[in-house]
Amino acid sequence: MSARSNILGKLRSSLAGTTPRPDEFDERLVTRPWRYAPEERIARLRSLMEAVHTEVHQCRSDDWPELVAGLLNKRNLTNLLCAPAKEHGRALEAHFEAKEQKVELLAYDQPVEAWKEELFWNVDASLTGALGGIAATGTLVLWPDRLEPRLMSLVPPVHIALLNASEIHDNLYDMMVAQDWSAGLPTNVLLVSGPSKTADIEQVLAYGAHGPRELIVLVLEDA
Amino acid sequence: MSQRIPVTELTPDFRGRAEEALADGQLRNNFRVAMDSLMTKRANAFPDADEREGLRELGNRIKAGALSRLPDLLEQLEQKLTENGVKVHWAETVEEANNLVHGIIEARKGRQVVKGKSMVSEEMEMNDYLAEQGIECLESDMGEYIVQLDNEKPSHIIMPAIHKNARQVSRLFHDKLGEPETEDVNQLIQIGRRTLRQKFMEADVGVSGVNFAIAETGTLLLVENEGNGRMSTTVPPVHIAVTGIEKVVPNLRDVVPLVSLLTRSALGQPITTYVNLISGPRKADELDGPEEVHLVLLDNGRTGAFADAQMRQTLNCIRCGACMNHCPVYTRVGGHTYGEVYPGPIGKIITPHMAGLDKVPDHPSASSLCGACGEVCPVKIPIPELLQRLRQENVKDPGQTQQVRGGGAKFSRTERWIWRGWQMLNTRPGLYRSFLWAATRFRALAPKKVGPWTANHSAPVPARRSLHDLAAGHLDQNGGRPS
Repeated sequence: MSARSNILGKLRSSLAGTTPRPDEFDERLVTRPWRYAPEERIARLRSLMEAVHTEVHQCRSDDWPELVAGLLNKRNLTNLLCAPAKEHGRALEAHFEAKEQKVELLAYDQPVEAWKEELFWNVDASLTGALGGIAATGTLVLWPDRLEPRLMSLVPPVHIALLNASEIHDNLYDMMVAQDWSAGLPTNVLLVSGPSKTADIEQVLAYGAHGPRELIVLVLEDA
Repeated sequence: MSQRIPVTELTPDFRGRAEEALADGQLRNNFRVAMDSLMTKRANAFPDADEREGLRELGNRIKAGALSRLPDLLEQLEQKLTENGVKVHWAETVEEANNLVHGIIEARKGRQVVKGKSMVSEEMEMNDYLAEQGIECLESDMGEYIVQLDNEKPSHIIMPAIHKNARQVSRLFHDKLGEPETEDVNQLIQIGRRTLRQKFMEADVGVSGVNFAIAETGTLLLVENEGNGRMSTTVPPVHIAVTGIEKVVPNLRDVVPLVSLLTRSALGQPITTYVNLISGPRKADELDGPEEVHLVLLDNGRTGAFADAQMRQTLNCIRCGACMNHCPVYTRVGGHTYGEVYPGPIGKIITPHMAGLDKVPDHPSASSLCGACGEVCPVKIPIPELLQRLRQENVKDPGQTQQVRGGGAKFSRTERWIWRGWQMLNTRPGLYRSFLWAATRFRALAPKKVGPWTANHSAPVPARRSLHDLAAGHLDQNGGRPS
């Protein structure tokens, strides 16, 4: 007998003669307390994210590259990992070229094994898009893909994320249902609510545990 | 890698360890401060009592519903994960689970493993097992890393190093890593970050636990604040997740209330920094993520708990730690006193199925039954009720069939005989009266020692006259009327 059949067999015999409980999911409990007027959404997301050390900027689709340049220069960062094949990557590249920005733009265009060392020790910052945001918990939703792989939002010490204001949902449940997540998920979905942190020593909060020390969210109000 | 020899295990029983812990002012202060803060944070995270109670009720229904069709859900989970390219393994015992994990690592000729926080891997004592096979298994959660470095075990399921203060961590990093001493928590964390980054890069295999396994989509959900879980499950070429069979939920939407209950109850956070949903290994066109993902489903006594409709409720647990944060006993004696993987109220009710009640016979009674644990449990496990049940199982006649593994360890023939006598005495008025007559007349012969009671108290002595006698005399004086 295999472990599998033993385990399932024991469970089945314990359930003999019983009927499964009906599905009693009540969506009101996870939606009603977490609804906001459209104009409140950004403010709610912003205040929750700022409460956990996230820098949030509200900007427009034409002025954010300038803001990114400023953020990088202020921190004396010399390079930025971004996806030049994506629209926002192209926009950033064009802007940096036009303004003769000295920040080097890097692309994640090879398997991680080919450049692990460099990714871990030499990349200063990264910029990615976001699938959306969640007002209830102050959360970014990331669906990493080939152009913006999983580690892009984890390994560099500074992570800048672009979030379209129109993609901010009230709560996670609404977002899942609206986008029919249960029909199938990508290999990795991430909910990110601030920079990496820990309180494992004396419950003192310290940022930059293993992931980014800084998370900067640019909310594009006209997108 | 050195073997873990927790200092606290040198004292073999709960009582002895509790006495030592109670005499340790530093330890008591560390726990008191931490538990007070965690209780406040939880209270602040649930400002609306109606919302909280509604959500707890929903959490209970989801878990109870999942358990009511557990075998079907496990099969569905296995099927979906397999479709997604995840390999599913089953283990009845921790030995089997360790063998499976070792086999997967060996197949890749792995020598270095990094581990995200996983209580099931603690159940398995995976680090020790792999060390014996010449494989380094490094904890990457800051708290777990600290306790591993000091050859200890976690003292809290969410905050493993809560028993240590910054000075103790500083000394540890100095002694073990050669780092300069500093009590600045930020600097200490940066030391951990630097050391572990190198390890994430080098690791052949990453191991993690699972907070919820979603049958509908074939997804493993992990919550964390540090990012070490994401590192462990993304950087190494192989990811092995280990989890108990009770972690499966039917639908993706079920994790919305469960994650909210978990992070608010555990840490008072609306959500953790990262919620990581893994539904498969790296696809052909992707540039990172593990090439192989494995899930090991562990029984380790869970089917035993499942067989008992009342004890089955222990499998609702989502491992938030709120019961220990609110427990007056845990707060005073700390996690190591329990001597088991899972401390505190939840540990008392799940350990018997894993280790046997006879291994932890003092646990069910190390409780004032104040009820705080049951009141805060996000999935409404009636912990005090289950503790009472275990107290009964503890004293069952060993000759009977035991419903809980290792039951009857505290059975005493003398105690059983005394209770029988007590019952007889109180159900037969004639006998009762003769006993009263004798007890009051021969009170000088009452035993001077009555078990553990007289260790701290003086022995009870029967009164000169019984209450019945006094009352009867009183009525006589008043002509049969009470005054």
